[in-house]
Amino acid sequence: MPLTLAVALAHLLGRRRQTAVSMLGVALGVGFFIAISGMMNGFHEFFRGELIESNPHIVVTDEFRLPAEQPLHAQHADAAVEIRRVLPRDPVRGINHAAEMLEGLAAIPGVAAAPTLRGQVLLRRAGRDWSVAVLGIDPDREVQVTSLASDMIAGTIDALKATPDGIILGKTLADRMGVEVGDAVNGVSRSAQVARLRVVGIFKTGLEALDSGQAFVGLRKQQSLQDRPRIVNEIRIRLDDVSRSIEMAALIESRWSYKAAPWEETNARVLAVFTLQNVIIYSTVGAILIVAGFGIFNVISTVVLEKARDIAIMKSIGFSGASIARIFVIEGLIVGVLGSLVGFCVGFGIAEALRAVPAPGATDPNQTLLVSLPAWRYALAGGLATLSAVVAGWLPARRAARTNPLEIIRGAA
Amino acid sequence: MTLEARGLTRILPGPVQQVLVRDVDLSIAPGEFVAVSGPSGSGKSSLLYLLGLLDVPTAGEILVDGAPSAALAEDARASLRLARFGFVFQFHFLLPEFSALENVRLPMRRLGALAPEAAAARARALLESLDIGDQAGKRPDQLSGGQRQRVAIARALANDPAYLLADEPTGALDSANAAAVFGIFRTLAREGRTVIVVTHDEGLAQTASRRVRMKDGLVVADEGT
Ligand SMILES: Nc1ncnc2c1ncn2[C@@H]1O[C@H](COP(=O)(O)OP(=O)(O)O)[C@@H](O)[C@H]1O
Ligand SMILES: [Mg+2]
Repeated sequence: MPLTLAVALAHLLGRRRQTAVSMLGVALGVGFFIAISGMMNGFHEFFRGELIESNPHIVVTDEFRLPAEQPLHAQHADAAVEIRRVLPRDPVRGINHAAEMLEGLAAIPGVAAAPTLRGQVLLRRAGRDWSVAVLGIDPDREVQVTSLASDMIAGTIDALKATPDGIILGKTLADRMGVEVGDAVNGVSRSAQVARLRVVGIFKTGLEALDSGQAFVGLRKQQSLQDRPRIVNEIRIRLDDVSRSIEMAALIESRWSYKAAPWEETNARVLAVFTLQNVIIYSTVGAILIVAGFGIFNVISTVVLEKARDIAIMKSIGFSGASIARIFVIEGLIVGVLGSLVGFCVGFGIAEALRAVPAPGATDPNQTLLVSLPAWRYALAGGLATLSAVVAGWLPARRAARTNPLEIIRGAA
Repeated sequence: MTLEARGLTRILPGPVQQVLVRDVDLSIAPGEFVAVSGPSGSGKSSLLYLLGLLDVPTAGEILVDGAPSAALAEDARASLRLARFGFVFQFHFLLPEFSALENVRLPMRRLGALAPEAAAARARALLESLDIGDQAGKRPDQLSGGQRQRVAIARALANDPAYLLADEPTGALDSANAAAVFGIFRTLAREGRTVIVVTHDEGLAQTASRRVRMKDGLVVADEGT
């Protein structure tokens, strides 16, 4: 065993209790980081998966990000022309030439597209109203772009084809309205069209926003309800490779000018919450590790004071300042590495325990919490903890390295 | 292999400057056994620290093996101490967690000139030559004062130093142990080492081959037998 390591071990073994406590600090910091970040990221991945499954990857709407170029600009291309307060185009028109656009989209490999007319409908039942985002869909195409087919818990999508006035409701909404498949509800649109609708299916995605506020009817039905015949105001797109959503959306937008929002944009707020949660976890754990670092600093500072005589004799014998410092840095390293290893076990244990906990609000009662723990997260926690331990050892080590042995040797005589 | 001081002066800086050692010239040859004596506070320890490169002179210089040491950086002085000097102080300064044998091995492990087995064998032989071979496995707190000081001497000899410097090594020992330690030093000097011992015990000082007396930082007498 190298000499510095032997001396470092002797120091730590001489202060077993303090060493154990500071190691425990590191272990808890590392362990909780691993467990909590694993659970949080498991949830994030699950939620992202649900979002990607249940929602279209790209939604093209009948809006433009930029106002159309004004003729005045075209006329005076070289002049400085500023036009203020250009009103956006009237959205009632929907997407022009939607059929051609759908054909164009279908020609792109790895892209499936479905036309939709989205519009608010007031559903009435037993004297109460529910305002619902209703999507008029083409059932055959819709199944290619969302997981609606697999989310059905009662009835089928195809019933929309057989029953022209059929409607598919979210599970939460259906429960609130107290309706089941076969029941009738009244629908009133903004354009005051009234229709009697029959519940032909109920879906459950697990995403509360959809389950409580969305409903599907046939495209034709929606067009007549909204009084917008042959209009489509949304094209929903699914990609074979979801990781290309942003570039594909940009491509679509540049080709057809309509706003094409990738799912990352549509769900930006949710993703921002995830980022915030991660920031909170990382800073909490950072704080725990800093506190653990103070513990280590405390132990090693005490050892440096207590071992002043040993340091003095070693320096007088001929140990360099750097070799003295190395002893105490190694002590920090030992506490950091052993603490991290214990922390790995703690984190792994908690994570495994969490995997057995039933997930709150899951569709499947056997569904337990998802924990995502890639190896790099262990490495990150251990690396940060070890780094903080080494810094905590290095500060007192520097002082030890600088001590003048004569001060102690004179005093001890 | 001489140790030489030329115009050696050490002044403590401060509002009131304090002269620890003033203008000392000494040349000590191999095999000499030098006893430095004098009243308390006369600068004996200060001189020894300067000779052993533990302290840096304010003026003058130390020549180790004929080579000047003034230009050496701290780490270079540490290396030179490790290879050429052995120190014994009044307090033993043994590392409490390590056995006598491990304490003696410490300088050898630092120097790294010997393989681990050879170093252990040498440490054992040193302890045996000082009549404490049977205490090799004990830790300092299990040894008597005289035994500890012998371990400290063995440690000082670990790297076979040319210069053995001792500052009141018998200060904490009874007269029998003190006489025995001086006997050891005499033997070491006869083997060709340079031995310099600070003591205020005039009787023991008389047993040395050369006696240097100090007063107020000055060498006031320097006589051989
Ligand atoms: N660091 C110091 N600060 C103040 N005074 C010191 C210091 N070191 C030594 N002295 C003083 O210098 C003088 C010489 O000390 P020292 O060499 O230890 O003498 P001796 O070993 O002969 O007793 C003494 O008066 C001592 O008190
Ligand atoms: Mg003294």
